[in-house]
Amino acid sequence: MQIYLNGERQQIPDNTSMAALVESLGLSDKRIAVEVNEELVPRSTYSDYSLKPQDHVEIVHAIGGG
Amino acid sequence: MTNPSNDTFTLAGKEYSSRLLVGTGKYKDLEETDAAISASGAEIVTFAVRRTNIGQDKDQPNLLDVISPDRYTLLPNTAGCFDAKTAVRTCRLARELLDGHNLVKLEVLGDEKTLFPDVTATLEATKELIKDGFDIMVYTNDDPIMAKRLEDLGCISVMPLAAPIGSGLGIRNRLNIRTIVENASVPILVDAGVGTASDAAIAMELGCDGVLMNTAIAAAKNPVLMASAMRKGIEAGREAYLAGRMAPKRFASASSPMDGLFF
Repeated sequence: MQIYLNGERQQIPDNTSMAALVESLGLSDKRIAVEVNEELVPRSTYSDYSLKPQDHVEIVHAIGGG
Repeated sequence: MTNPSNDTFTLAGKEYSSRLLVGTGKYKDLEETDAAISASGAEIVTFAVRRTNIGQDKDQPNLLDVISPDRYTLLPNTAGCFDAKTAVRTCRLARELLDGHNLVKLEVLGDEKTLFPDVTATLEATKELIKDGFDIMVYTNDDPIMAKRLEDLGCISVMPLAAPIGSGLGIRNRLNIRTIVENASVPILVDAGVGTASDAAIAMELGCDGVLMNTAIAAAKNPVLMASAMRKGIEAGREAYLAGRMAPKRFASASSPMDGLFF
């Protein structure tokens, strides 16, 4: 199925969990935060969170700024 | 309060002795960021929230490896948000990023040329974030009415600009900053617009509780030395404020006695 990951189209297997997506991106041990369709997805729910086709996923981190 | 060695201010229940808060943008690299922030003596450090670069070098050092939450109070900001909704989303992501830490610097910008705050959107975002349990330090205009309004809504600190973000123009309206300070019962920090150490000192002499800056340090030719200068400027201005300056006079007043002249 197709999702949008940080604004880019991405193909992932059907019923992928958020935990699996984050793992596949090598971000499991990184300090990140995730939202889907503009709603926060808490880290504690990644395993139970199933992505759906056309979901807009944003994965963010801290960067330099003032 | 009159003993400078014991002079602290409190934000969200935590006491701070450094009155210089710094940003982490515009540095050459993380090493320079780290060195400048150490030299500034800052205890509160702000950062931005942006998309993770998917597929890039995963071993690239992260800002939070350098600016460790164990060492600093981290202050995520909503820089780059031009509406209330994106500012609220950014704050929620930031809280998740920092494992439930509620302190945020809210800024909702009005236009790219001036980066002045959109005050109506700032009010809207403030209300939403207060309901959601955030401790908000809010960037706003040097407008005493709006500053008070934001305080009344429950912001833990109000942060009027000195001048446009990144402009280095110094404090454009000292009287308004002073009025905001006099009206306030929460810490007032000047956020944005200082250019050099004397600007920071002036903010403190006006009675501000602190100053938040980024570009004035990062864009100096020697950021680490400027960070140190800013630290001293803040301390000098604070001590001068506590000391209570002499009243200005129009004409001279001799420092040496007129009695005992031998001619």
